[in-house]
Amino acid sequence: MKPSRLTLCGEWILERFPITKLWEEHMAHYYAPKNFNFWYFFGSLALLVLVNQILTGILLTMNYKPDAKLAFDSVEYIMREVNWGWLIRYMHSTGSSAFFIVVYLHMFRGLMYGSFKHPRELIWIFGMCIFVALMAEAFMGYLLPWGQMSYWGAQVIISLFSAIPVIGDDLSLWVRGDYVISDATLNRFFAFHVIAVPLVLVMLVFLHIVALHEVGSNNPDGVEIKKQKDANGIPLDGIPFHPYYTVKDIVGVAVFLIFFSVVIFYMPEMNGFFLEHANFIPADPMKTPEHIAPVWYFTPFYSVLRAIPDKFAGVIGMGGAIVVLFLLPWLDRGHVKSVRYRGGIYKKALFLFVVSFIILGYLGTQPPTPVSTVIARICTAIYFGFFLLMPVYTRWEKLKAVPTRVTEQPTLEDRLRDAKKIYEEVTIVLPATPEQATSPLAKCTFFRRRPNPAGLRNAAKRFAKILKTSLD
Amino acid sequence: MKRIITLLLFCALSVNGYASEGGALQSADIDLSDKESLQRGAKNFVTYCLGCHSIKYIRYKRLAQDLQMDEKKLLVQIAPQNAGIYDQMFTAMNRHDSEKWFGLQPPDLSVIARSRGKDWLYSYLKGFYVDHGAPLGVNNTVFPDVGMPNVLWQLQGQQQAVMKMVEGKQIVEGLVLDKPGTLSEKEFDGLVTDLVNFLVYVGEPTQLERVSLGKYVLLFLLLFLGISYLLKKEYWKDVH
Repeated sequence: MKPSRLTLCGEWILERFPITKLWEEHMAHYYAPKNFNFWYFFGSLALLVLVNQILTGILLTMNYKPDAKLAFDSVEYIMREVNWGWLIRYMHSTGSSAFFIVVYLHMFRGLMYGSFKHPRELIWIFGMCIFVALMAEAFMGYLLPWGQMSYWGAQVIISLFSAIPVIGDDLSLWVRGDYVISDATLNRFFAFHVIAVPLVLVMLVFLHIVALHEVGSNNPDGVEIKKQKDANGIPLDGIPFHPYYTVKDIVGVAVFLIFFSVVIFYMPEMNGFFLEHANFIPADPMKTPEHIAPVWYFTPFYSVLRAIPDKFAGVIGMGGAIVVLFLLPWLDRGHVKSVRYRGGIYKKALFLFVVSFIILGYLGTQPPTPVSTVIARICTAIYFGFFLLMPVYTRWEKLKAVPTRVTEQPTLEDRLRDAKKIYEEVTIVLPATPEQATSPLAKCTFFRRRPNPAGLRNAAKRFAKILKTSLD
Repeated sequence: MKRIITLLLFCALSVNGYASEGGALQSADIDLSDKESLQRGAKNFVTYCLGCHSIKYIRYKRLAQDLQMDEKKLLVQIAPQNAGIYDQMFTAMNRHDSEKWFGLQPPDLSVIARSRGKDWLYSYLKGFYVDHGAPLGVNNTVFPDVGMPNVLWQLQGQQQAVMKMVEGKQIVEGLVLDKPGTLSEKEFDGLVTDLVNFLVYVGEPTQLERVSLGKYVLLFLLLFLGISYLLKKEYWKDVH
């Protein structure tokens, strides 16, 4: 039989471009550990959100006007008169917050399972560069709607450059292109937001993934699967990324999209966290809002800035809070990757770090009070303590033995069964009263369940025992 | 440990204390699906507000569509004279005059409901009281030293404030109707509710469409989740 024209065209390309090789290296024969858990969804989700931001962003630029006189109007024009403009804009605005949520969870995963440690230091560095580029992207994008919070947020953050001795004032003037935030600033931020930073971001993501595929993925056990290979040189605990993780990630995408859509369709402002109320007032250089707060994803770092009394020291502190993350692979002296086999001291430190990060984030959204400043200072100390004391406390760790192969963990179905058992243990079913017996709900025992003190005590005891052995 | 808990509790209390300083707002009981309320709101907005405040991000045509009114009927009953159906809802007062009379141009109210919230608008419109010290003779409970006269005074009547001294400062404790207006209190509340309803609608005309579309999107995604989960299970059978 003669091959069809299409097949011939396909072969023509395959002879000249290594699509098959790329596909095999990065998908069909890229072996990922088989024990990825919930925390491993966020890498692919970040990629999904990046694509969402780029596509919706392109559509938004078709109607947005980067001009101080027209910007606010053009955003409302998109919201009202462009077909599906409201959906595109909400996908973009919710997407920016979603990006930070998935990236923060992705980074937390790295902290938990030691994904930043040897041999993956460079992946972590690229990842941190992505995080910094993402912050720049979000900061500049936030100026574009030209609302009060856009304007004054940018004013506050850019004025931070002026805290740098000697060159500060000239530097902030150079960044703004004017003495205050103005049309010139809006235009250059637009240029950066729409082309410069996204290009850098996409390139960094590419480098991040290439570096990852060179050394292979870490896993919740922190075991190097490449050390145990079968006769064909395939890791014993590895499974091909495609189809196993592509189909698994699709499930993650579906769950993510459900949450994403709930926000877009039912609460696009997210109570002023995703779209701030004050940003619905057009920018007014003559009127400072009572309370200027950045969007939620910057607030932990903003809190660090405010917690330090001196302005220049505050700027250093805020920058340091990000720089210190770059140094993480060399600060951690523990020889075990996964938190599962690390000592209690790292678990406690990580817990304190996460709690202080969340408190800092919350305080950053609120106006400062004397009490909150004290709390912010304590949390700032914990934040830096987590990193800077790491070389010391990770040496004291009582490490547990790491298995040579990845471990079998209960699946989602097992966990649901266990949760049901515990639920049945901590509650007792009351006998139905006559009036309840007649109702159609009589078969369901849900409404007749009451807390069971003895069961609760047992469950709490078991939990405490597990916690104690784990934190020891 | 105890100290930390007390500190945290203290922190939570102080945050609450801060939030309550703004003065309690009355809650506006609005219903965006009530087209008649929106029509009344539109009519009253044009009568009492559009003289000074524009809502330039919306066109009369959009109003006719969303409030389910005939375009000609809308132009006759609601829109000001000589307005065209494609016109944006601009105010007739020009910037020069308004700056001469009020010192500034009254703000555009298209997205005021999104920056202030419905309850604030409701409390604001009901919160005017007589204050002879103020330039316009009135003050407001939720917007101290307000620069706008009480345009609804004929309908509402005149309110006097009951003052209270707290820490050396005069604070409004409550408002008492002094001279009744042409509307009863209940009728007036209804009028303000309609106005707020209309402003909330104008803040985001697509919001009803958005919410009604949401359930279909979620239904699809749940279905998609179910199928993708089954697919995953099928593929992963041979892994464990």
